[in-house]
Parts: sequence; C-alpha cells; structure tokens
Amino acid sequence: MRVLKPALRSVTATVLAAMARVVTGVRPIWSGTSPSRGRRIYFANHASHADFVLLSACLPPAERQRTRAIAAADYWGKTRLRRLISVDLLGAVLVERNWVERKSDPLEAMLEVLDSGQSLIFFPEGTRNMTDEPLLRFRSGLYNLAVARPDVELVPCWLENMSRVLPKGEFLPVPLLCRVIFGAPLAPHPEEDRRAFLDRARSALLALDPRQSRAFA
Amino acid sequence: MSGDTRLLALGLIAVLSSASAVSAFLSWRAGGKPSPALDNLNQRIKAWWVMVALIALAFVCGKTGVIVLFALVSFAALREYVTLTFSRRSDHWVLLGMFGIVIPVQYVLVWQEWYGLYSIFIPVYCFLVMPALTALRGDTERFLARVAEQQWGIMLAVYCVSHVPALMTLPIPGFEGRGLLLIAFLIITVQGSDVLQYIFGKLFGRHALSPNVSPSKTWEGLVGGIAGASALGGLLYWLTPFSPPQAAMIAALSCLMGFLGGLVASAIKRDRGVKDWGQMIEGHGGMMDRADSLVFAAPVFFHVVRYLWT
Repeated sequence: MRVLKPALRSVTATVLAAMARVVTGVRPIWSGTSPSRGRRIYFANHASHADFVLLSACLPPAERQRTRAIAAADYWGKTRLRRLISVDLLGAVLVERNWVERKSDPLEAMLEVLDSGQSLIFFPEGTRNMTDEPLLRFRSGLYNLAVARPDVELVPCWLENMSRVLPKGEFLPVPLLCRVIFGAPLAPHPEEDRRAFLDRARSALLALDPRQSRAFA
Repeated sequence: MSGDTRLLALGLIAVLSSASAVSAFLSWRAGGKPSPALDNLNQRIKAWWVMVALIALAFVCGKTGVIVLFALVSFAALREYVTLTFSRRSDHWVLLGMFGIVIPVQYVLVWQEWYGLYSIFIPVYCFLVMPALTALRGDTERFLARVAEQQWGIMLAVYCVSHVPALMTLPIPGFEGRGLLLIAFLIITVQGSDVLQYIFGKLFGRHALSPNVSPSKTWEGLVGGIAGASALGGLLYWLTPFSPPQAAMIAALSCLMGFLGGLVASAIKRDRGVKDWGQMIEGHGGMMDRADSLVFAAPVFFHVVRYLWT
C-alpha cells in the first residue's frame, strides 16, 4: 500500500490534468512570475471543487507531483468516500477550519508539508465564494503561513471562469475556456499587521482578474 | 482515390508549399530582425498545414469522419462563444444541454440525412424548449439577454456549422458519391477569400470599411479578396456540378456571406472587449476566428445548391 499510494496519486493527477485541458482548454499565464522549483504557496480565488485541479493542471508535471492542496477537514474528511477522494487520490492535506471545536492545529499540518520540501495550494477565502462579489475577505491562515515561513514564496493565482464551469452543488462541468493567471510573489512587510497584509494580498489577487481592467459600462 | 481528389490534394500541397517558401524567403530577407507580422504569418501558414492535414484525414474516413470533425469544430466554437456570454448559475443545465445534447443530436440527424428535422431542430425546437427550461428555473435576472445569447450560440456554432457536412447528403443527379468535393470547394473558396482579403488588405488597403467594427477590414481587401476567390471558384468548377461561370458566381456569393460572417464575429468580439475568440489555433486565434466566415457561408451555399441542383 505504501508504494501504491504515491503511484495512484500521480496517475490521478495526470488524468485529471488531461481532463481539465480537454474540458476547459486551460492555459497558464505566467504574468508576474515563472514556474519554479522552490517551495511556494499558490493562493487562489475559490468557487468550485475543481479549482485545485485547474491550478495544478497549469503547473509543470514535476511541480504538480510535489504540490499539495489544503482542504477543509469538516467537509473533505466527513465521509469515507470524501476522504478517499481528497486524501488518497488527490493527496490533499486536511485541516480543521473551525477555531472553536478543532482538535489539531491547522498551521502545524501545513508547515509540516512545507518543511518536507513540498508546495501548497491554498484558498485564503476559506470557503467557496457563492456571492456576486469577485473575492471574499481573506481569513488569517495566509498571514500565519507567511510569517512562520518567510522564505516560501506566496504566489497569487487568479482562476478564471471556474464558478461557471462547475458551480457549487453541480456535478457535471460545462466546457468553457479557462485561464490561470499567476501574479508576482509577495511577502509581508516587517511593520505590516495581519489585516493590512491580508488586504494587500487580496488586492494583488484581484488585480489579476482581467475583468477588473476591462472597462465595464 | 479518384483523379479529381488526387489533383485537389496535389494542388493544396503546392499552394501551401509555396506559401511556406515565400514566408521562409521573407524571414531570410529580414535577417533575424524580430518582426511580429512575420512571426504571425509563419504561425498562420504552419497552422494551415495542420488544418489541411486534419480535414484530409477526415475525408479519408469518409462521411462519419467529416461529421465527427465538424461536431468537434462546433464544440470548440460553442465553447469559445459561451465563454464570452453572460450566464448565471441557474443556466448550468441548459448550458450542459447545449454541449451534451444539442451538438450530438444535430450531427446524428445530419448523419441520418434527415433534412426535415435537422433543418428545424435548433431554430424551432431548441428555440422553444431552452427558454422554457430557463423560465422553469425561475431566475428572471436578465432573462431575455441570457436566452437570446444561448440561442445565438447554438445557431452560429452548431446549426450553421453543421451545414458543411450536410452538403454530403444532398442527392444531386449525376454527382453521386462526390459530396466531399463540394465541401472542399466551399472550404477552399471561403477560406481562400479570407486569405486573399488579408493579402489584398495588407498590400493595397487604404479605405477602412467599418473602422468601428474591425479596423483591419478595407474596401480594397474586400473587393480584391472576393474577386480573387470568385476566379478561384471558377477554376475549381470541376469539383462541383456547376459550370465555370456558375461556380464563380456561387463562390462570390459564399465569399460575400463569409465576409459578413467575419464582420458579425468582429462586432461580437468588440462588444465583449476581446481581440480573439481564443488561442486554439496558433497565429489565427480561436476556432471561431477561423470558422466565422464558414458559419455564414455554409447554410446559404447549402440552400442554393439544394434549390437549384436537386
């Protein structure tokens, strides 16, 4: 089983990346950075279960194999089937997002992954955005990670159109063209507080959305 | 392979080879100086080789191959189109149906040669059923815009495009088994007209035709392109049941429709603030950028042939 699991994950990742390309024709736009072998935290807007698949499909294959998604334990760990999909097939790291009832420290689990030399895919809104707002307020996780591991690059990634391809509660994807726009890495300034940094990170992600620059009447 | 098909294949290879030779000569003369226009020309010619190879492959596979090819063209074009339209979460199932039901049903009907149904399936039945489903979902926000855009999408990307393979099914007396050549005639004249309009426009273009819609379209390009493509159509009459003058006139009509298709597609892109429909075909843009002229030309060509030759 120990040998089988990584192989299974690797096959799943390759198949899903190919499917993402067939359905969405996804292409990466490396506008603020380029693919790197360094440890990174890719943080992105979140509207769909397939967001993680879309983002990892845009990474070079070697990068994809060592990039793990952060998923909510209260959702993805709830049933056996969900755990099988998220942990065994996709290699996601489950963290508890409920501050009151949680038993384990979410930061601890994420730092462990980074310290083993892997990168993370992280959705700082904390949940899928179902509103008409383009991006929700960021939760603190991103700041805590950045402060704990200042040498890890934080890369904003704008995922285009996924809220239309596979909205919450739907099972079959509508084939629409998607792009993933990778922005310039950012880090907290020494005297910057939690909220100021999170707002800046949110604006940096939002600025990648092509609709923001396109003039809307 | 019949003699006509062999001649056609050789002709296409000759034309593409000379295009590649010209572009290689221009690159050599530029002497490594970076030129976006030249890079684009090279990409376009390379993409033409690929497109011609794919169409040839479909032709070798016969009727089924051509129908599958154009179903895939419809899929790619509809995907680009719907990406640019406005939709809400409540449209999810209608959008899925456009890809998963409308495209397969339309092409199966063409394959069955059921003219009576494939010519009304989308403009009548989908036209009525899709807004009904949307209304049943109860979301009235920008209702008219949403249902209109959906209907437009399947008309352009599915209904019109499906008239290209439908040409194979026309029972033309004395022309049995040569339907593929009719498709080749339509594609070569219409796409040839696009290329000639581009060349005439680049060389002689002075007077903008519709600067608000498409700054690159000029009167010189239009007149030169359509005249050239009509002459080409006349020369290719042996692919068709037409006489040479008839072939030239039908080519002129198709190319005029093709020009209007390009103009409408540009207007849609302008409305949505994009330059190209997509990036699927290197140098050309998306599928719709390449197919827009065929979309408008195919149904008109189909009906002219159907009314006058069958």
